[in-house]
Amino acid sequence: MKIVRSTAIVVLVLAAFAILFANHLAPAGYEKQFREIPQAAASAHHLLGTDDLGRDRWARLLFGMRVSLTLAPLAAFFTTVLAGLVGGIAGYCGGWVERFCKLLIDFFLSVPWLFLLITVRAVLPLNISPQASVAVTFTSLGLLGWAASARIICSGAKELMKSEFVWMARAAGFSGFKLIRLHLLPNLRGALFAQFWISIPVFIIAEANLGALGLGVSEPLPSLGSLLRELQDAVMLRPEPWRLLPLAVLIVVISSFQVLLNKQEVRA
Amino acid sequence: MKRLQVLPVMLLLGCTTLLAQSGGELRFCLRSEPKTFNPLLVEDDASETVRYLTGGVLVRVNRVTLKPQPQLASEWKVSDGGKRIRFKLREGLKYSDGTPFSTADVAYTIAQLMDPALHSSTGDAFRSGEGKAETRIVSANVVEISFPAPVANLVDLFDTVAIMSAKSPQKEMATLGPFYVAERKAGSYLLLKRNPYYWKKDSAGRQLPYLDSIRLDIEQNPEIEAMRYKRGEVHLINTVSPAIFEKLSGDSASVRDAGASTDTEQLWFNQVPNAPIPAYKREWFSSTNFRRAISEAINRADLARIVFHGHAIPSVGIVSPSNTAWFNSNLKPHPYDTASALRRLQQDGFHLQGDTLRDRAGNAVEFSIVTNAGNRARESMATMIQQDLKKIGIKVNVVTLDFNSLLERMTQTFNYEACLLGFQKVDLDPNGQMAVWLSSADNHQWNPSQKTPATPWEAEIDKLMKAQAASGDQHKRKQYWDRVQQIEWEQEPFIYLVNKDALVAIAPTVKNTEPSVFSPQTFWNVETLALAQSH
Repeated sequence: MKIVRSTAIVVLVLAAFAILFANHLAPAGYEKQFREIPQAAASAHHLLGTDDLGRDRWARLLFGMRVSLTLAPLAAFFTTVLAGLVGGIAGYCGGWVERFCKLLIDFFLSVPWLFLLITVRAVLPLNISPQASVAVTFTSLGLLGWAASARIICSGAKELMKSEFVWMARAAGFSGFKLIRLHLLPNLRGALFAQFWISIPVFIIAEANLGALGLGVSEPLPSLGSLLRELQDAVMLRPEPWRLLPLAVLIVVISSFQVLLNKQEVRA
Repeated sequence: MKRLQVLPVMLLLGCTTLLAQSGGELRFCLRSEPKTFNPLLVEDDASETVRYLTGGVLVRVNRVTLKPQPQLASEWKVSDGGKRIRFKLREGLKYSDGTPFSTADVAYTIAQLMDPALHSSTGDAFRSGEGKAETRIVSANVVEISFPAPVANLVDLFDTVAIMSAKSPQKEMATLGPFYVAERKAGSYLLLKRNPYYWKKDSAGRQLPYLDSIRLDIEQNPEIEAMRYKRGEVHLINTVSPAIFEKLSGDSASVRDAGASTDTEQLWFNQVPNAPIPAYKREWFSSTNFRRAISEAINRADLARIVFHGHAIPSVGIVSPSNTAWFNSNLKPHPYDTASALRRLQQDGFHLQGDTLRDRAGNAVEFSIVTNAGNRARESMATMIQQDLKKIGIKVNVVTLDFNSLLERMTQTFNYEACLLGFQKVDLDPNGQMAVWLSSADNHQWNPSQKTPATPWEAEIDKLMKAQAASGDQHKRKQYWDRVQQIEWEQEPFIYLVNKDALVAIAPTVKNTEPSVFSPQTFWNVETLALAQSH
């Protein structure tokens, strides 16, 4: 198992390197259209060939990874903080506060998120930049994705509040913020970490799904999701294996996250 | 002896021909469930397909020659400058359920069609003026229809009027066309069977249609439709996307490019006076120089070559060159010329500051183009236009919206700057364009429902459109319509981009096909289509 974990770490380090140095690794840029050679095969000039509009696929893959692999962890962090706050408060306070928080959680769990995201996209100002648009998409994902995690955190916090050491801490005069900081948070850390790691691939795939509907990142900015749209006609694909690379990258990166997640769970 | 040897070969050939011309089930796909089986209420493509295959019409327009051909009516005569038409009907015809066909059915259909309460868009085309249309039964097989005002292109309009039975208990399901709807499974398929009473015979005296049945599978996904075509599960694809066309061509399947269609793809700027956009942008969009400059900065040839894989031509204007009867051949496509575009912009006070184009007041020129999400061709065109306009310092934001949101912005809130969409033009006559070109019309997209024309050129178009609609003289109508095309070319309220080719796929087993660029491209001559049988 150690070798698998090591491989996962190497993959994620390579991905991080690729997204950090995308400008240097793909000097052609992601938006330049080489109109004389649309849908070109892989070559020395275009390592993964060109897309329908003649744009360098290699450059688009690197910049697409930058968009998806930067914003998905940020959205995951956002969602974990929200889940920790709502779930933690519900579990700590109990009573009507818990009932209210659970009502809120149930409400968010029952929201048809795809419809909501389409609506958010529709009401956005039209002249926002593609970068701002993708940031809004991931923020929306973060805002909508916390509810399931909050329920788990609430349950964990509630169990902790019944535990012997919390009773003893209370008896010793600990309460409020001190009790949360010293006893609840350290014991919920494993669950929070697990929620964070789970959310990253979920958000990457959610953006990919939105991209597949044409409602993800605005042109010409690429994302893993928008690159996957090219595979929509997979049933008719000619033998062009390099076109499958965005899918392979997505699977490998998410699998690497999952491998590390398993490790985190074991530690927790 | 030799004769005896030749005989089996002749018999075999004869049998093959006979087999190719009898029976079998033709299969193809509909993109959605038909919304209605009432032929007078047809608005969607699926219902239109069913109407075409089942409905009996007085006159049918040949999709290759574009000439009207006799169907239920053997003769007709237009009089009073297009206000009156007299049909002589064929005798002894029956509906698919055996109900006899008579002049009363024509009168019943016209009464239904012109009933304002029915809200028939087919009927709208006949509404030329205030007053009622009247049908007079002249004799057992002659019927005369009068309209309150001349109706342009009157004969061809009857191509879409399927004659319903006044007496049949099956109502609209009793048909006079080559097929009738025999079976239907919602969301899955429709089965049409040969109308046993269909009146038409081939030159050898055999009753048409040759096919026993047509199965229409409901399949929304064109990729899956293409796969099914490749597997031989469906015989026809009426409109193939350029990408699928290329892939099917590679497999030597029988795909055909029938030439430039009448469909258009166009870009337009929002010129609605109270639209929630900055006033300085409205000023840009209302400027002819600005619109012409944008038009000249777009490389239409690249759009046709890259987005449509060469299966499109740069647009000239409203009318596609394939519509030979109405196209103004004096017009040529707008040239791709960025230098000329910049000159035009300079005339309006725009200037380049570094890589950014600015207007007189110093505002950077930036606007968004909205289009419908999921339409890959339009998204690609918008992205290419974004790149083209960057060359003259204009920043374009491409926004894809779900279709309902897009429609709401286009027709209700007018909260958009530029829009890229396409129009399917089924009606080749300029009358079919009235709802777009009259300044008072709802579909006058760049500035709809005007109380009075906002510009002198829109006022001129209004006059010309009304004049052509009221005229019974085809030559004059052509002159009026040519002038409308000329004005549109000069003003470019719509920046026409490309005319897509009509791309079709027809399995080699389907015989007697004659694909047309006009809808329905592959099966317009369905009664003579036949399937070659391998045994």
